[in-house]
Amino acid sequence: MDGVDILIIVGRVLAVFVLLLVTTVFNVWLERKVVADMQNRVGPDRAGPWGLLQTVADGLKLFFKEQVTPRKVEYGMYVLAPVLAVVPAFLLFMVVPFGRPLTIAGREVPLQGAELNIGVLFILAMSSLAVYAVVLAGWSSGSKYPLLGGVRATAQAISYEAALGLAIVSVVMFASTTSAGGSLSLSDLVAGQAGTYVGFIPRWNLFPQLVAFVVFFLAIIAETNRSPFDLVEAEQELVGGFHTEYSGMRFAMYQLAEYCNIFSMSALGATLFLGGWNGPTFDGAAPAFVSAILPTFWFLLKTYAIIFSFFWIRATMPRLRYDQLMQLGWKRLIPAALVWLMLSTVAISVRQFGLPWS
Amino acid sequence: MAGGFGAFLKGLAVTGKVMVDTVLGDGLVTTKYPEEYRPKPQRFHGRHVLNRYPDGMEKCIGCELCAGACPARCIYVRGLDNPPENPVSPGERYGFVYEINMLRCIFCGLCVEACPTEAITMTHLFEMSTSKRDDAIYTKRELLMESDGKVPHMFPDDPLARMSELDTADGWLRATAPNGVAAYEGVQAWQGTPGPASWAAEPSQDERDA
Repeated sequence: MDGVDILIIVGRVLAVFVLLLVTTVFNVWLERKVVADMQNRVGPDRAGPWGLLQTVADGLKLFFKEQVTPRKVEYGMYVLAPVLAVVPAFLLFMVVPFGRPLTIAGREVPLQGAELNIGVLFILAMSSLAVYAVVLAGWSSGSKYPLLGGVRATAQAISYEAALGLAIVSVVMFASTTSAGGSLSLSDLVAGQAGTYVGFIPRWNLFPQLVAFVVFFLAIIAETNRSPFDLVEAEQELVGGFHTEYSGMRFAMYQLAEYCNIFSMSALGATLFLGGWNGPTFDGAAPAFVSAILPTFWFLLKTYAIIFSFFWIRATMPRLRYDQLMQLGWKRLIPAALVWLMLSTVAISVRQFGLPWS
Repeated sequence: MAGGFGAFLKGLAVTGKVMVDTVLGDGLVTTKYPEEYRPKPQRFHGRHVLNRYPDGMEKCIGCELCAGACPARCIYVRGLDNPPENPVSPGERYGFVYEINMLRCIFCGLCVEACPTEAITMTHLFEMSTSKRDDAIYTKRELLMESDGKVPHMFPDDPLARMSELDTADGWLRATAPNGVAAYEGVQAWQGTPGPASWAAEPSQDERDA
C-alpha cells in the first residue's frame, strides 16, 4: 500500500460523507415539497431556486442557536447521545456500493466507503446501535416525555429489527443461488443481480423475494422512526419525543441522523432488492464518462424511488396506535418473514439438491 | 388494521392524485402573497382615512362620536373651535387631535357608521405591521388625506406598500344620504373612492318612486 492507495481510501470515505450530506440537504427539501404537493400547498420556495437552499438556511440557523441545557440532565450522556445518533447513520452507508468500480491510475477503485465482506451484518449492527442514541437521549434528558419516547424507541426497534433481519436473511440465502455465490458483502450481492430473466425483466431480487421486500420496507420505515411508525417523536402525544430537551446544533444532529438513516436504509433496499447500481450503461455506444456515471445514476434513481414512497406514505397514513404497532410487528411481519424464509429455503434447496426422494 | 391493504392503497391513490393535481393542474390553493394579491371584497375593512371636502376643508367636526362608538376604545379625538378667520372644517369645531391605535382596532367599522359627516372611512390597505409599538398609533398626520385627495402612507418606502390600496374605499353601505334627509332612507350609495365627496347626488326616494 503506497500513498496513492491511501489517497484513494480517503477520497472514497470523503465521497460517501459528502454524498450523504448533500442528499440529506436535498431530502429534507424534497420531503417538504412532496408533502406540500400532496396537501395542495407550495412548500418551501423562498431560499434559493425552488427553495432548494431552505435546508441550508435552517441548518445555519440551528448552528447559531443557543444550546439550552436543562437543569436535570445527565450531562455526559446528554451531550453524547446526538453524536451516537450521527456516527452510526454515517457508518451505515459506508458499506453500500453506489456505483460501478472505476479504474483510476491503473487501480480498480470500488465506489463504496469500505469493501466489507460482512457488509450485511455490519449494517444490522449499526442500525441497532442507532437505537442507543434515542434511548440515551430519552433517559438523560431527565424529563418524562423524552423518557416515554425513549422507551417506545426500544420496544419498536427490538420488534422491527427482528423482521428486518429475517427479511434480509431470505435475500442473502437466495443470493447464494445466483452467479455471484453466497456472500454477505453488498458488492457481491449487487453483482449477483446483474443480467435479465427472460430478456427484459432485470434479475432483481425484488421479483423472487417480493414478500421479503414488503417486510423489509415496512421494517425500515419503523427502523428510521418515520410516519406512520413515528411514535418515538409523536408530537401530539410526547411534545417532541426523545429530542424534546434538545436545541440548536444537538437537535440538528438528530435531524441529520434521521435523514441519513432514511437515505442509507433506502440505499440498502435498492441494493438488496432493486439490483443496486445495475442498469444499462451503453458501454462503447456512449462516451466513457457517461458509462461511468450511469451506474451511480441508476443507484440514486432506485434509492429515490424508495425514498419517495417513504414521503408518500408519510403524507397518507395516520400514526399507528401503540398496540397496533406491536401487533403489526409481532403478529404480522415476523410470522410472514419466518414463513417466507422457510418457503424460500425449501425452494432453494429443491432447486439445488433436488427432491429428497429423487 | 381495519380496512387492510386495499384501504392503504386507496389512501395512497388519494394523495397521489392530489400531488398530480397540484403539480400539473389547478390543485394549488396557496397564493404567493407578496408577489400575488388576491382581489379583496368590495367592503373590505382596512386602514382608516380622514376625508376632506372638495374645497379642501376637513370633514371631521371633532364630535367624538367615533370614539364613543368604538368598542375597542382605540380612537382618541379632541375637538377645538374653528378659528373664525381661517376655519379648518365647515362646522363649529374641528378635530384638533385624532389618533387611532391600530394595535387595538378590531376594524369593525362602527366609527365609519357613527360619523355624521363621513369624515372617517376605511380603505383596502391592511399591511400595517410595524417594528415599534409607537408606530402603530396613527395620528392626524398619517390619517388625514392631502387636499388633492392623496392619502399618506405610514411607510411609503416599504416593499409591501401598495398605494393603490389606499385609494380604494371600503364602500360602506349608507342607510341614508350624506345630508341625512329621511327621503333618502334605504337608498344605497356606494362611494368608490375615499376623498372629496364629488359624486353626483342621488335622486330622493320620492323622485325615484314617481
